[in-house]
Amino acid sequence: MTSDAPAITVRGLVKSFGEVKALAGVDLDVTRGTILGLLGPNGAGKTTIVRVLTTLLRADAGTATVLGLDVVEDAAELREQIGLAGQYAAVDENLTGLENLVMVGRLYGMTRRRARVRGNELLASFDLEDAGKRTVKTYSGGMRRRLDLAAALVAKPPVLFLDEPTTGLDPRSRLSMWEVIESLVSGGTTLMLTTQYLEEADRLADTIVVIDHGLIIAEGTSDELKDRVGGERLEVRLEDGASFDDAVRALEPMADDRPSCEGGLVTMNVRQRHGTIVEAVRRLSDAGVEVDDLALRRPTLDDVFLTLTGHAAEEAVAAEDEDRKAVV
Amino acid sequence: MSGVGVTRRGGVRGLVTDTLVIAERNLIRLPRAPELLLAFTVQPIMFLLLFRYVFGGAISTPGLSYVQFLIPGIIVQNIAFGGFVTALGLNEDVHKGLIDRFRSLPMARAAVLAGRTFSDLVTNTLSLAILLVTGVIIGFSFNADVLHIVAGILLLLLFGYAFSWVFAFVGLIASTPESANSVAFIAIFPLTFISSAFVPVASMPSVLQAFAKVNPFTITVNAIRALWLGLPPGNYVWQATLWAVGITAVFAPLAVSRYRKQAGS
Repeated sequence: MTSDAPAITVRGLVKSFGEVKALAGVDLDVTRGTILGLLGPNGAGKTTIVRVLTTLLRADAGTATVLGLDVVEDAAELREQIGLAGQYAAVDENLTGLENLVMVGRLYGMTRRRARVRGNELLASFDLEDAGKRTVKTYSGGMRRRLDLAAALVAKPPVLFLDEPTTGLDPRSRLSMWEVIESLVSGGTTLMLTTQYLEEADRLADTIVVIDHGLIIAEGTSDELKDRVGGERLEVRLEDGASFDDAVRALEPMADDRPSCEGGLVTMNVRQRHGTIVEAVRRLSDAGVEVDDLALRRPTLDDVFLTLTGHAAEEAVAAEDEDRKAVV
Repeated sequence: MSGVGVTRRGGVRGLVTDTLVIAERNLIRLPRAPELLLAFTVQPIMFLLLFRYVFGGAISTPGLSYVQFLIPGIIVQNIAFGGFVTALGLNEDVHKGLIDRFRSLPMARAAVLAGRTFSDLVTNTLSLAILLVTGVIIGFSFNADVLHIVAGILLLLLFGYAFSWVFAFVGLIASTPESANSVAFIAIFPLTFISSAFVPVASMPSVLQAFAKVNPFTITVNAIRALWLGLPPGNYVWQATLWAVGITAVFAPLAVSRYRKQAGS
């Protein structure tokens, strides 16, 4: 295959768990050396795609290849080219950090010595040097995820799959995971990342694929998606007794659409983030409207979903449950 | 591939190496799970002492002192349960996602189960040694030559290995480690008691006697008694060997196919 061929190719992928259709015909390509973010709520089918691509699950129909290797026909060769870090940190709690990495290295076929050197290298670069000799039981959630990611990188695989790498992490650990992931891809790794967070996809992914009910409903760069969703939302909570009409009239010139009022809250889309708050405060005070609170909200996954699908992101948890049940 | 010392070994050598890596992992984690370690060391000794000194006096075993009668029985029971670590460990690996990691690695497919059962073999040897030493301290003595003693030990390890596959299957089908544990105990615990392990079969009601006589535990316990105490072996030794091989032949493929199915193929 030529070097500009996609690293990952998926065509017509279908997978059902009983009645639940986890994948209803998915096509996608991932360009070499880029990050593809699979964005969707629980149960959308993100994990199922990753499981098919990492040879853990066989699809009912369709084809998938990684570096030209078919996930079914060439499964053994394919496994040498990939690394997987899952949603549930798959490390052994009763082993130390180093023992975990050495075990994985040896299962990739390294000698004990080589695996040990590589393990120490990874511990150092993941800020786990001191923790490497302690059992994983004693690790924080963030440390476990870093170790899990390190385990996926033991063999320096050219293609990496990260299934919700930061779900459940506190903001600080999330930020440090992002930094680690960013540094990986600067080294030329192709990465498929699943996430429920628009912010995460926004920060890390070159291309974002939005998936819902097993179907791709949008695809593009972060900017392209945001254009479809709309920009920032300004929310103004008025003091009791303040006039809605005055507030709307004052804010209307800076709004993208007509401001809506509900229960003391004025909401509107705005074109740009910069200077919006200052301008809104000035306009409202000029109009003599008393404001209780005022905030600028970035579009969230909910906004993406409401706009693209007409339903909130919280639904459809049942399918993901089915997925896990079938796995267990 | 990527210049970090990854070379794929094929076939049998890969399987052996990967099996040993997994077995090593199972063994180094064992001392760090105190409840498992206790189950291997203190619990069998406790049972041994209870039967020897609490129940023993009330059980009459014509022709043998109770301690001679008891040691082969309790060792067979203990070694059959040695595989419960496999049931718990596999179940935990499935639920914590470790099995997924293994499946995504370019390792020998069979090594996860082979490594599990192999590490059971090591721990079974350990608990066998602990029970034998304790047994000798409280009055057990062999009445056989080294060849027969060793044959008995090998038969015990074979029997234990067979049950490792039973437990592997249980660990893969159970929904939680707790249910793996209770399935194993409810299914196997009574079997060990309705046998010649702790009391002479002749002392049971006739319905139980009929069952106890064909129970593989009875056959294996009698085989060990024959080998270690110089009793006439009858058909016990080869029948016990056949049972161990038969149980392995049924449950190893069951466990392997269950493991494969979970890969979604």
